[in-house]
Amino acid sequence: MNVLPFMRWRWVAVAFSAAAILSAIVSLSINQLNWGLDFTGGTLVEVAYSDSADLGAIRSTLDQEGYDGAIVVSFGTDRDVLVRLPDGYSDQQGAIMVDKLRAATDSDIEIRRIEFVGPQVGDELRDDGGIAMLTALGLVMLYVAFRFQIKFALGAVIALAHDVIFTLGFFSLTGLEFDLTVLAALLAVVGYSLNDTIVVSDRIRENLRIVRRADAAEVIDISLTETLGRTLVTSLTTLLVLLALAVFGGEMIFGFAIALLVGVAIGTYSSIYVAATTLLHLKVNKEDVMVPEKEGADQ
Amino acid sequence: MNRYPLWKNLLIVLVVAAGFYYAAPNLYAPDPALQIAGASSAQQIDERVLGRAEAALTQSDIAFFGETLQDQGKTALIRLVDREQQLRAQAVLARELGDGFIVALNLAPTTPDWLVQGGAAPMKLGLDLSGGVHFKLEVDVEAATERKLTQYETGIKKRLREERIRGRVSLDGGQVAMQFRDEADREAARREVVDLYPELFLDRVEEGDDWLLYAQVTEQTIAEVVDYAVAQNLTTIRNRVNELGVSEPLVQRQGRNRIVVELPGIQDTAEAKRILGKVANLEFRLVAEANAPISERQRFEYRSPDRGGMTEWLERDVIITGESVSNAQAGFDQNGQPNVMISLDGEGGMLMSRATRANIKRRMGVLFIERKYRTRYEVDEAGEETAVRIPYDEKQLLTAPVIQSALGAQFQITGLDNPAEASELALMLRAGALAAPITFVEERTVGPSLGAENIELGMRSVQVGLALVVLFMVLYYRVFGVAAVMALSANLVLLVGVMSLLGATLTLPGIAGIVLTVGMAVDANVLIFARIREEINKGAQPQTAINNGFDRALVTILDANITTLIVAIILYAIGTGPIKGFAVTLSVGIVTSMFSAIMGTRALVNGIYGGRRVRALSIGGRGLPATMMTGAPE
Repeated sequence: MNVLPFMRWRWVAVAFSAAAILSAIVSLSINQLNWGLDFTGGTLVEVAYSDSADLGAIRSTLDQEGYDGAIVVSFGTDRDVLVRLPDGYSDQQGAIMVDKLRAATDSDIEIRRIEFVGPQVGDELRDDGGIAMLTALGLVMLYVAFRFQIKFALGAVIALAHDVIFTLGFFSLTGLEFDLTVLAALLAVVGYSLNDTIVVSDRIRENLRIVRRADAAEVIDISLTETLGRTLVTSLTTLLVLLALAVFGGEMIFGFAIALLVGVAIGTYSSIYVAATTLLHLKVNKEDVMVPEKEGADQ
Repeated sequence: MNRYPLWKNLLIVLVVAAGFYYAAPNLYAPDPALQIAGASSAQQIDERVLGRAEAALTQSDIAFFGETLQDQGKTALIRLVDREQQLRAQAVLARELGDGFIVALNLAPTTPDWLVQGGAAPMKLGLDLSGGVHFKLEVDVEAATERKLTQYETGIKKRLREERIRGRVSLDGGQVAMQFRDEADREAARREVVDLYPELFLDRVEEGDDWLLYAQVTEQTIAEVVDYAVAQNLTTIRNRVNELGVSEPLVQRQGRNRIVVELPGIQDTAEAKRILGKVANLEFRLVAEANAPISERQRFEYRSPDRGGMTEWLERDVIITGESVSNAQAGFDQNGQPNVMISLDGEGGMLMSRATRANIKRRMGVLFIERKYRTRYEVDEAGEETAVRIPYDEKQLLTAPVIQSALGAQFQITGLDNPAEASELALMLRAGALAAPITFVEERTVGPSLGAENIELGMRSVQVGLALVVLFMVLYYRVFGVAAVMALSANLVLLVGVMSLLGATLTLPGIAGIVLTVGMAVDANVLIFARIREEINKGAQPQTAINNGFDRALVTILDANITTLIVAIILYAIGTGPIKGFAVTLSVGIVTSMFSAIMGTRALVNGIYGGRRVRALSIGGRGLPATMMTGAPE
């Protein structure tokens, strides 16, 4: 089988990535994210009615009781109802509200969960999340620069940032709720995409050392072709389990699974096109990887 | 070639066996159970109490078994057959045993003895899986600092008055401002303040005719104030959580000024918050003289079980309450004897000095007051019996030392038997002292049905995900795929085993982490197999291909996994609650998957192909990465 000419098509990829990142950034600055309770603060109540719940009746009950800004949606089945109160209600209000709903209906109401998050916590979580993301990127860059070379580190970090912004943009565009578990998923995406990028970079480094008479673009094409099978297989198995998680995992884990599905898919693409293209444009060459290293001995 | 030495094979078998051993307890579903404990630590649970409980359960048609006394008669455990009956059984027992006992919901492990002996225990379930309440409380740093400043203000005022230094002392924003008429006064005052509170930062300012002195609280002092306030609240909350009837509560400091409380099994958050938020108090009263009329005195029991049953008559008049107590610290007096230093606020100091001046050589009692609840059962209009909780104050005597001299805003209690007694007394005094205000900043309640559902959904995703991966791997890699799948199973067992051994808590994101690990763990094998295929395509002999494939993939696998591990560790460091659970699963998964994919698979492959002549490897079709690049040197 022949070497696939990945790099010949890189301008298509660059155009795609640029368009995707640009729309992600535009969407993030216009729509922002649909921040979940963890970040906005407020109260969230999930209740299960014994019969199918009448959302209209619930809304009017809450209106009468003066719960301004309450959002009522059904959750999963028509008997499960999710009520979200904005920030500003006291920590007692969740339970009190359920009592009022109980008084207004004939069916039994079971409390599935009540979550209250104060405003101080929300801001902190958002800041911590951002700091974690930057720390992760920074440390990864250091490690890759140390194990490989600074050009590879740049390639890896640009690929990671690409994936994170893309996934964030996806959440912004679709309006899916962005909560703590999605943040965790995003960090896992960083981990996964990194894994992919390292494998590809590792092969590029190896081939730069052993392939003579070929320019960087060719070496990268060879390396990408060689790792393509592995990249696709691993992505496939990961996507399979994530699909299982999204379909069977229930509502509470859905956002998490979606974030990972999007992230893993784009991470696979970015390890091929973003990391490698960056390397090419940084004019990676033999000299970059010829530093005597331990494993250089057995080549 | 491609034979593992015996010791290596044995090592792998041993590690996997250990994994099975420590993962096994998770297979035994816990029994729903009730735990009975005394409301006070002195309360013993004996066969008679247990007998009453059994009789009550039998009468209510609740099936139970395995009733045992535990912790030398401090608690008892009754296992129930049906989880649905757990709440009702709790109500029945609470009713039968009365207020002297606390009946807590419990999930009793059913780990067999041969596992318990090796220290194996099932994983704990997070609140999102078991149901329960999670609270995050925040100590109001500003209020605590403000209170500290007021204390400084009154202390300085008093000292200046005593030293006859004329000047005005007031609170000005975050500092104590002092105003004097000349420099000499200010200098004298400065010396006194430095002597009294060396921790304050002083600043001299001249403004017109006024000689000003500002005393500011340093960052370090504020940090100490916050520490103190958090520690004080931790103590009181720990004491109270026991009252809630929770078998495995968690009360933990988090960060600078937060406290996390997790109460598995609790559903009634209002009740929990009332008990957590209630305030203990203190009363200082003189011990009544023997000839005092009965209408002016009251009798109290000592709180400490060491003086079980001993009582003391105190006057009805209260000198000061806990609101005036700003600090109590255990330490040693000038003779090296254990003591407790008590600080009062300005007003409290005045009242104390007035009361003690005339009563030297008499004794003063310190009462610890706690709000408790008595349960009464009433029949409502609907004819249903409901439990009504009636609050009352329980007052117990902490200590009753002799007054040696007139006391002021600071005094000490000496004559304590040992340092342990001193710190216990200081702890109780602080618990009763005015607490730094706390607010609930986060609260999450998960109902038991949602918890159970989460477990079920999580398990199903693991099963489906695993099945899909197994199917794919076997179809794609044939015999090698089977080896990888076996290694993957071993990896799952190891992961669960290590997490159980670490005492990690399983959360819903944790289960997601396991699912993700299943998907990603095969990566190492995929890398190895891809290399082996390449080697074969290059024309290498099967044995050489296996050997080179494993060797060449190793560095890649290490690099890829270490970087992912970095991310997982960061996630653990910043994450809270469920996110931490995810990070733990991910980190442990990375480590175990490296072991099982590299060593485990190799051992299996060696077992299948090693040490004999092999014509062809069953590693699936000639896949994508068949190579042959132009200009390759080999």
